[in-house]
Amino acid sequence: MHPYQIYISGVGGQGIIKTSVIMGEAAMKKNLPVVVGEIHGMSQRGGEVSTQMKIGTSHSPLIEESNADLILAFEPLEALRGVNMVNKDTHVVMNTAPIYPFNISQSEHSYPDSSTILNELQSHAKKVITMDADEMAKKAGHILSMNMVMLGGAVAVTGFPLDKESIIKSMYDNLPERSIPINLKAFEEGFKFCMENL
Amino acid sequence: MNIKEILTGQEQDKLFLLGNEAAVRGALESGVSVATTYPGTPSSEIGNVLSVLAQDAGMYFEFSINEKVALEVAAAAAASGLRSFTFMKHVGVNVASDSLMSVAYTSVQGGMVILTADDPSMFSSQNEQDNRHYARLANIPLLEASSPQEVKDLMKYAYELSEEFQLPVILRTTTRVSHMRGVVELGPLAESKNKGHFEKDPHRFVPVPVTARIMHKNLVDKMDKIGVLSNNSSLNPIYNNNGNIGIVTSGSAFNYVMDVVEENDLPVNILKVTFSYPFPEKRVYEFLENVERVLVVEEVDPIMEKEIMAVVGKHQLKKTVHGKLDGTLPMIYEYNPDIIIQGLGKMMGVEIAAIKAAKTSFELPKRPPTLCPGCPHRAAYFEVKKAAENLKLNDLIFPTDIGCYTLGIESPYEVADYLLSMGSSIGTSCGFSKATDQTVVSFIGDSTFFHAGIPPLINAVHNKNKFVLVILDNRTTAMTGGQPHPGLPVDGMGLEAPELSIPDIVRASGVEFVEIINPLNVHKSSEIFEKALQFDKVAVVISQYPCMLIKTREEKGKNIILDVQDDKCTKCNTCIMELACPAIYTRDDGKIRIDPLMCRRCNVCVQTCPEKAIRAKRIDKAGEEG
Repeated sequence: MHPYQIYISGVGGQGIIKTSVIMGEAAMKKNLPVVVGEIHGMSQRGGEVSTQMKIGTSHSPLIEESNADLILAFEPLEALRGVNMVNKDTHVVMNTAPIYPFNISQSEHSYPDSSTILNELQSHAKKVITMDADEMAKKAGHILSMNMVMLGGAVAVTGFPLDKESIIKSMYDNLPERSIPINLKAFEEGFKFCMENL
Repeated sequence: MNIKEILTGQEQDKLFLLGNEAAVRGALESGVSVATTYPGTPSSEIGNVLSVLAQDAGMYFEFSINEKVALEVAAAAAASGLRSFTFMKHVGVNVASDSLMSVAYTSVQGGMVILTADDPSMFSSQNEQDNRHYARLANIPLLEASSPQEVKDLMKYAYELSEEFQLPVILRTTTRVSHMRGVVELGPLAESKNKGHFEKDPHRFVPVPVTARIMHKNLVDKMDKIGVLSNNSSLNPIYNNNGNIGIVTSGSAFNYVMDVVEENDLPVNILKVTFSYPFPEKRVYEFLENVERVLVVEEVDPIMEKEIMAVVGKHQLKKTVHGKLDGTLPMIYEYNPDIIIQGLGKMMGVEIAAIKAAKTSFELPKRPPTLCPGCPHRAAYFEVKKAAENLKLNDLIFPTDIGCYTLGIESPYEVADYLLSMGSSIGTSCGFSKATDQTVVSFIGDSTFFHAGIPPLINAVHNKNKFVLVILDNRTTAMTGGQPHPGLPVDGMGLEAPELSIPDIVRASGVEFVEIINPLNVHKSSEIFEKALQFDKVAVVISQYPCMLIKTREEKGKNIILDVQDDKCTKCNTCIMELACPAIYTRDDGKIRIDPLMCRRCNVCVQTCPEKAIRAKRIDKAGEEG
């Protein structure tokens, strides 16, 4: 099976690793081969973080340039930073809530505005789905459920190799019990939004 | 997955594990009795998991004071007949190396595995040294893993090998293996021995010249025997078998090679070297017989490449060796599939994949890591600089050390001028204070102070140095994820432990100026720093406040927010330019705001605002303002 390749990007502390673990375990329980490459350590102090994942036969989790099937971007600038992974068949699901680098006011390059980010991505990808996942998470009950909004969005994308039920089961296996209701709500919101906007 | 499943998982169960978690399972399946480490990324999660599981597993685990002690605890356990496991990041092996060199001579009784987690491309390290050299330096066997499953399986093999030859075995991972998550099929757990017994044998365990000469001879003889094993080992398999091009590879690089070769259906032969020292020369010779040219794909140094050139030279073979040395592949940094595509393409004279990666039409701002909102280090930095400014000291050197506070290198803090290794802040301060007339202020964290700060502090006092040492005591080993150290009342297994006082140790080292500050009290702390800067010997200021990542977990009511009063704020930007707190930002209309979700209410901005425009305000529910 040619692997389905997912590039997840964002900022340290947004719950990227948890999201990839939920997907990966769901794949494993369906007997699909799966590998994930994570970044730990220094980059977690507000730096950029990316996780790469292949579901299907593969040795390394690292995705060749232009080979991502799905970009799941938890932050707009980090979506754009992953543009080298995008090709004409790539779906991008992006959270529109920006996190400005702490030194942006002294940075040589400014934070691009949202329409520029969208245009750049759209010119290279098949489809870019944008949602304010921060706001959707707050509505679901907690900002920290933002990663589950994004996960819901990913599951809705055409070609995503895992079904909703197996992802939900994996959420139960990987999230604290008391957080499940809010996280499920957040997941459903993301899923619904992406289904309607595909 | 619950982390406890690494212990409770049954044979044939499948778990989705990090390479580091798989190492723990490997230890449990090998019946390890004693495990030790000093935390360091990319190896940190091994210790984090063991600290949760050790008690239930019936084994002993400790966060040792440093890697040398970790290795020594493990060596003694192995000398007493127990299986021991010590693991560390690559530069940790430098600290342990003094004893590592001897433990190969003295040999072990129970199996002993030393895991080194190398960090190609330096995701979280000061260098990218290739620790395969250590196997050669100490002359002990080396295994290299490419996946979590392999990490676990190699742990078990390493213990068998170690016990058969009574030698420690090094298992090398790299960041991409330590932090790779994959499906791991479990094997059966092994019972671990509770206590060992040390059988005295000074001829075996005490390397003095007369015994060490014999020990070295024995070591060389053993390694000759182990060389036969590596040459015939199923851990060094050959894949494919067609065409006249060969690839020799190991570790993570093997994964990239396989993906590129399978994806593009390339006619090549691949030799994977897992049992990589003693180098399997005979195996390589046989492999070379069937190819004309060989590409060596390894991270980081051209170690196998030179070994293969030696085989070619020794047998006068007409084979071309490509790799780092002829520029086919990059000399440094980690590899990835794209690099392999380019290198193989160069060697074969074809373009393997022609897709040009998309690029943005403009440059993107970088996102460097930074101190967390509310981090007490930020306040300490501000206060030291303020004190120096007040005293009109403008030629300062800031030797720094290894931890979150190394982020002081960034603007606007700029309090990191010189760094070598763990503990070097104090040793180099001694040098700077002798070599220059500049003012020296150095920074070291609490865990790093215990690790390697005490001998250089004693050196500083005895040799009559003058500098200010700031011990940033945030009550944890923060950078690596919050492990305990000897200054805390808890040990590596979560049990109660004696808490050692940093101020007492500093005083006992002969320091006459010892002050403790709460860095969040800006004015008082600045005053103490002024006094310290005027002291004419070594002055130590201990800046005590818990890491905000711990503090947040303990936090109860969050009904206070910090609020900028627009009528008082003159937009002077002092808060943004001098504190650079991620929670403080400028809105599009130029107004300054504090993000209530990020803000940890440390109140440092309240105290440092020249217009007193920031105040603490009570609200009903955090997050409703802004």
